[in-house]
Amino acid sequence: MNSIILIAGARLLVVLMLVFSLFMLIRGHNEPGGGFIGGLLAAIGFVVYAIACGTRDARRALRFRPSSIAGTGLGLALLAGVMAAIWGDTLFTGQWLFLGATETDKGWPLSTVLLFDIGVYLVVLGAILSIVFSLEEAV
Amino acid sequence: MEQLLSVLIGALVAGSVFLMLAGHLLRFLFGLILLSNAANLTIFLAGGLTPGAPPLISEGAEGPTGTVANALPQALVLTAIVIGFGLFAFALILAFRAYQTLGTLDTDAMRVAEPEEAQ
Amino acid sequence: MTSSFSRSWLSLAGLLPVAIATTLFILFLQAVPVIAAGRTLRQVWQWVPGLGVDLSFVIDGLSLTFALLISGIGALVMLYSARYLAGHVHQARFSLLLTSFMLAMLGLVLSDNLLTLFVFWELTTITSYLLIGFDHSAKKARRSALQALLVTGVGGLALLAAIILIGTTAGTFELSELRAMPAILTGSTLYLPILVLVLLAAFTKSAQMPFHFWLPNAMAAPTPVSAYLHSATMVKAGIYLLARMHPSLSGTDVWLWTLTIAGAVTTVFASIMAVRQTDLKLALAYTTLMALGALTLLLGNSTGYAITAAVTFLIVHSLYKAALFLVIGIVDHGTGTREVDRLSGLVRAMPVTAAAAAVAALSMAGFPPFLGFIGKELKYAGALAVASEPVLVAGAVLLSSALMFAVAGIVALRPFWGKAGDPPKPPKEGPWAMLLGPVVLAGLGAFFGIMPSVIATTLVNPTVTAILAEPGEAKPLLLWAGINLPLLLSIATFVLGAFLYALHRPLRRGLIWITQRTPSLDGGWDGFLAGVMAVCRWQTQLLQTGILRRYLFLTFATAFVAMAGTLVAKDAIDLPNLVPDVLPKHGMLFVLIFLGLALTVITQSRIAAIAGLGVVGIGIAMLFILFSAPDVAITQLLVETLIVVLFAAAALRLPHLPRGGSGWRFWDAMLALGLGVTTTAILLMVTASPVDRELTGFFEGASWPEAFGRNIVNVILVDFRALDTFGEIAVVLVAAIGAYALLKGTPERQKK
Repeated sequence: MNSIILIAGARLLVVLMLVFSLFMLIRGHNEPGGGFIGGLLAAIGFVVYAIACGTRDARRALRFRPSSIAGTGLGLALLAGVMAAIWGDTLFTGQWLFLGATETDKGWPLSTVLLFDIGVYLVVLGAILSIVFSLEEAV
Repeated sequence: MEQLLSVLIGALVAGSVFLMLAGHLLRFLFGLILLSNAANLTIFLAGGLTPGAPPLISEGAEGPTGTVANALPQALVLTAIVIGFGLFAFALILAFRAYQTLGTLDTDAMRVAEPEEAQ
Repeated sequence: MTSSFSRSWLSLAGLLPVAIATTLFILFLQAVPVIAAGRTLRQVWQWVPGLGVDLSFVIDGLSLTFALLISGIGALVMLYSARYLAGHVHQARFSLLLTSFMLAMLGLVLSDNLLTLFVFWELTTITSYLLIGFDHSAKKARRSALQALLVTGVGGLALLAAIILIGTTAGTFELSELRAMPAILTGSTLYLPILVLVLLAAFTKSAQMPFHFWLPNAMAAPTPVSAYLHSATMVKAGIYLLARMHPSLSGTDVWLWTLTIAGAVTTVFASIMAVRQTDLKLALAYTTLMALGALTLLLGNSTGYAITAAVTFLIVHSLYKAALFLVIGIVDHGTGTREVDRLSGLVRAMPVTAAAAAVAALSMAGFPPFLGFIGKELKYAGALAVASEPVLVAGAVLLSSALMFAVAGIVALRPFWGKAGDPPKPPKEGPWAMLLGPVVLAGLGAFFGIMPSVIATTLVNPTVTAILAEPGEAKPLLLWAGINLPLLLSIATFVLGAFLYALHRPLRRGLIWITQRTPSLDGGWDGFLAGVMAVCRWQTQLLQTGILRRYLFLTFATAFVAMAGTLVAKDAIDLPNLVPDVLPKHGMLFVLIFLGLALTVITQSRIAAIAGLGVVGIGIAMLFILFSAPDVAITQLLVETLIVVLFAAAALRLPHLPRGGSGWRFWDAMLALGLGVTTTAILLMVTASPVDRELTGFFEGASWPEAFGRNIVNVILVDFRALDTFGEIAVVLVAAIGAYALLKGTPERQKK
């Protein structure tokens, strides 16, 4: 497809979708959202980009190979699960660290649960893009 | 509402089975999507229907206030949707490759693994 | 043989097993004084505590006797094989298999838990299968291996069933606990099924009639394997099982008569068949059958004489039979043949072999002062102690012992004495590594015969105690017990045996004539297998037509019959009153979904079908929103988008849907309708009953205080059920890899 408007729009859209997907990922623990939804959103952003500009450009914009992203995601999720064992808990027990916590405020929460959700995000993103890109290239 | 949803799921199952039996891979894929929708709805329905109360905990509270929708089937359905999509994508690509190699989507004509002579 | 070659046999693959076996043998020897003092050793590791399966091992007299035989004969056989198979391409594989077998067999006799015992039992079956089929390029070896696997495999399944029944009856899988409850099995209503299954396992493993036919065929294995597995150890696993279960299962008429009859028939039949053979190895195989029959016969009883006889004979037999097998391997190696008529006068070229053979044969024939004589005396005493039918049983023992005497002469004397025969190769003495085994084993037979007390107190007595589960029952091992009935029967055996030996050529001709004219079980086996194959082919053709539509139809029809049939059979159809409870705005949504569904099913346009699917998918997403599932709804919407994208990419490059299709498919429509109605009916009943929210209650309560999350669905996904989610994203990744591989592989024939 060679529509200038679509190409320009797609570039803008992919940025917006990516930001929005990260927002959905981060807020997922307390509001609707999470790794699955974030990953799907990001994937759709890149898919639109690929439709508009071709998979070659989309792959370049992604920088990493989709399968590597998915593999990294699975690795992160596993790491998040295994980390629980370091503190002597059963595998996949959430571990929490609150930065700057005060009496009234819990501060910045850091957790293996978030790491796990990032893993989910990356797996969904990478797997879907891997399928869509290679299908687009095959036809 | 539960009863109408039960009828809807039954209809989805009937439609998907009819499509899957059509002997054409594209129709089979349509049936697959419908069947996975029906399965997701079944899990969702079996957990009970609660309108207007999503399973969220409001700021400051220790737990949900009042009765909220059943969160467990929702979690199950959510992953099921994503996995169902993975399955569908794989099946679609399988059909696509089968067409590239065999030149047909008619399942009756796909006899590479079990040729006619074997009977 | 050049010196460089004889050095090369000292390989790691050949000698490591020898080292392992020797080490184990020494370790077991150290347990002898403890066991002789009447104690038992037990070691337990928890394995699957939830199922009551422990790795528990026990050393008592019975397991120690077996363990010593397994590791001791194992060490000698492995040294022998290191030389026998030197330079063979697959020598390492052979060593690995033989060592695995030895460890499995040791595990079998040392296990105190029935389920552990079963696992080791099956491991011996598998290693035996691989060893019989070691020469896998030979069709005969493959057939024999498969036959042994199937016959003993059936026995293995029977054993598992028996173990489960025992476990449910007695409430324990521990053998030591089982022995402490003497009448728990014999008094149970399940006694007969348990007994039948245990006997099936023991009889197939120890080749009792009518499951004997696999053992002679198993001689396709290399000779060390025949000596070790199919004579000294594995085939005695069935005997071991009978001995092990003796305290819990014996003492009934069924036990007594089944074992006595099966044992007697096997022992007489096998000793007659042994005389018929011209191949030395096959003749020995049948004498092994005869010995197994005799052991079964003796274990049918509970008298001290019978059990002492069984234990003594077990040891005697393992020693002389392994020795003779190894001797025949040397003869085969040195002359190139095992045919009895082509071998004679070998003593001049192979003096050591001949001496070992002679000593082992004298023990086998039951001459004093060899251990075989004591074993035979005890067998007669044991047979006479069978209260009900002493004459019949003693007669069977007498006949088989006399035939045994004759076979000992044929196998171990004839080839070595007399004038030189005409073997294919000029006979040559075997190397020391192969001679050591037969010499030591035959020598032990003689040594124990002269000094029976060496094994009587250390091994035989504790073993008898273990089998009878009470001490003090063992009878003494004596070379001279005075002039009594067993001694007279012994003399009768020698006379009859000498007579049979003198007549063995016409006897053999007659037997060959008879067996060629009678159907054999081995032939029946082929017929049986062919029958099984025919049934498989028939049902495959019936179900697997190669047409996807029929597979799907069968699958769906089965699901329909299973669901609807259960509902009808259980009389469970209990439909609630249908109440219209639909708000108009919801009604619109449902109408939309139904329309989308109808469009998808009916249309012959790809675009319309995809649009219909989109309507259904988005409609369902609206339903999720309506019923408070925002996360699910968002996911559903996004996935619907992706489905459309994928279809756009692929499906539109695929051909059009066939117009009209294959006409109105009546039966397909009926099946679809039936499944749909059944699903609706089940759901109506399910939704009419209250929902159990116990789990959800936990998640709701713990979500914030414990997992610090306000979105309960997300907390379930990434925290409470994270392992689940991990598996699911792994599935997604696997689907992507599969799709990638499918697409990036080069197609065989590119369609334009």
